Amino acid sequence: MIQLEDITKVYPIGNRELHVLRGVSFKIEKGELVAIMGPSGSGKSTILNLLGCLDIPTSGNYHLDGQEVSRLSRKELALVRAQKIGFVFQQFNLLPRMSALSNVLLGLDYAGASDRERAMESLTVVGLADRASHRPTELSGGEQQRVAIARALAKRPPLILADEPTGNLDSHAGDEIISMLTSLHSEQQITLVMITHDPRIAQRCQRIIFIKDGTVEKDEKVQSEEAA
Amino acid sequence: MRKYKVKKLLRPLANAWVGVVTHKLRSLLTILGIVIGVSAVIALMSIGKGAEAAILTRIQTLGSDLMLVTPGSSMGAGGVRGAFGSATTLTMEDAAAIAEKVTVVSYVAPVFSRNLQLIAGNQNMNAQVAGTTPEYMNTYNLNTSSGTFFSDYDYQRGARVAVLGSTASQTLYGDADPLGQDLRIGTIIVRVIGVLASKGAVSGSPDNMVFVPLTAMQQAVAQQRTARGEQLISTISLNVTGAENTEKAKEEITSLLRTRHRLAEGAENDFTVTSMEEIATTVSETMATTTMLLGAIAAISLIVGGIGVMNIMLVSVLERTREIGIRKALGAQESDIWIQFLIESAFLTFVGGIIGVILGWGVTFLVSNMGSMPTLVSADIVVLAVSVSVGIGLFFGFYPAWQASRLNPVEALRHE
Repeated sequence: MIQLEDITKVYPIGNRELHVLRGVSFKIEKGELVAIMGPSGSGKSTILNLLGCLDIPTSGNYHLDGQEVSRLSRKELALVRAQKIGFVFQQFNLLPRMSALSNVLLGLDYAGASDRERAMESLTVVGLADRASHRPTELSGGEQQRVAIARALAKRPPLILADEPTGNLDSHAGDEIISMLTSLHSEQQITLVMITHDPRIAQRCQRIIFIKDGTVEKDEKVQSEEAA
Repeated sequence: MRKYKVKKLLRPLANAWVGVVTHKLRSLLTILGIVIGVSAVIALMSIGKGAEAAILTRIQTLGSDLMLVTPGSSMGAGGVRGAFGSATTLTMEDAAAIAEKVTVVSYVAPVFSRNLQLIAGNQNMNAQVAGTTPEYMNTYNLNTSSGTFFSDYDYQRGARVAVLGSTASQTLYGDADPLGQDLRIGTIIVRVIGVLASKGAVSGSPDNMVFVPLTAMQQAVAQQRTARGEQLISTISLNVTGAENTEKAKEEITSLLRTRHRLAEGAENDFTVTSMEEIATTVSETMATTTMLLGAIAAISLIVGGIGVMNIMLVSVLERTREIGIRKALGAQESDIWIQFLIESAFLTFVGGIIGVILGWGVTFLVSNMGSMPTLVSADIVVLAVSVSVGIGLFFGFYPAWQASRLNPVEALRHE
């Protein structure tokens, strides 16, 4: 499903170069639930951006769903994002002027599958069918994140990327979101990659990849029964 | 897929509407330049067109087959042209010859005119007094609103009678009945026998004039003679028999007068033949130029308005950086973003254009009602103004939209 080979990413800062990733390689199989952990500045966000085709690596190869995407043009990257990737952000990132339903529909629009019923279905899955016409400002943080999950799910992408999805939520709402993501993962066989700071959340995944100083420090299966 | 494409255009349009409505004051200020520009264009063009149409109508009421022969050349080759009427070359005999020899003219009236002081009771005014023949009435299509024009008999015996233009009558007698009243013209006293119906206020209009038999005029003002003893007059007004004969009449009159004035081959004409058609064309061209000029000045405010729109669109792109990042993360192509912002900017100026048309129309309406100025709002100006404002939105929205589409999604998402 995902195969990273010796990925590097270098940002020019003034006339110096900042090596954020120094040769990252790993594989993620279809249907896996993976947590990426690491201290701030370790490069985990950069990895997520690359996995999400928001950016391309300085060198190295990235196979996504049978396609080499590390050298694609901006236009082709946008197409990959539209069709293969669903994002769930820490900040929810819903458009404030639109209803929950319109926000979900927007994701479908760009995927070329504008379908009201499908958007509604997706909201039903996250339990917000009755809030479809509410704007983000009229929803709680947990509800907003559920709308964001519905938006990511609606186009049925092979890969869902979550960037600290509970970072802006209290622990109760955070638990709800994680439960929802893990149960969606086991029900729908989605490949789910999640960045998190929280070891408790990471323990609920099947596998944890530790990033430190731009390289994979540790890559281990989770022993706990909770992942099952 | 086709349905999706339609939505691709409709959705940004709906979003643009929402954007305009949520930022009412800002949107209004943004499009103010466009509103003012469009309404100025509409108002100025409408007033210009209206004035042009009114003048042409008035010229037509004088009779499109009217032709004037005036002394002096219209084409002074390098020389300074003398003031109107300063050259004295036309004579009574010229007029008689035209009436006799040129076949395509119907009425011919010699006119001997001067600006004279008129006194009626305690009112006095300075007006152009024209001594002419009864045929003058036919050449200018004149009608009397009361009384009569002077007759051939009056002309032959040099009767001291006068016919007043409507404005002149109003000035001298007010609302009182001028018929039968005495009027002092220079050194003679005449009796008013008629008042003309108004023709509208064109320069040189009969409304401001007073008409007396040419023979009576000769008693008030000494008429000069040429070396050959012919009596000098100011103009000859005549009627061509049908518009198709205008050119023929002009040629025949020119050749006749050249012979009579003994002009050598290649010498300039010492007279000018002008048809009403030519005057109408000239007026129409002059008015069109003036209208265009007014429109161009107003159009500058459209450009300034466009720059205002660009400014706001740039601010809007900056403000919505995060939104652009989100859309890109969801898979929006650069063209999607680009079209979205372009539609918003065009929509904004379109609304401005519509408001401008309504406002311009209102101003035009006020001007024509309160200032009693003729106006003409033509559909092509409205269509032009609205499409130009949409064009301005597209033109000045182009750069902000392009900038939005090129934002890096990673940085845009990080933007607070």
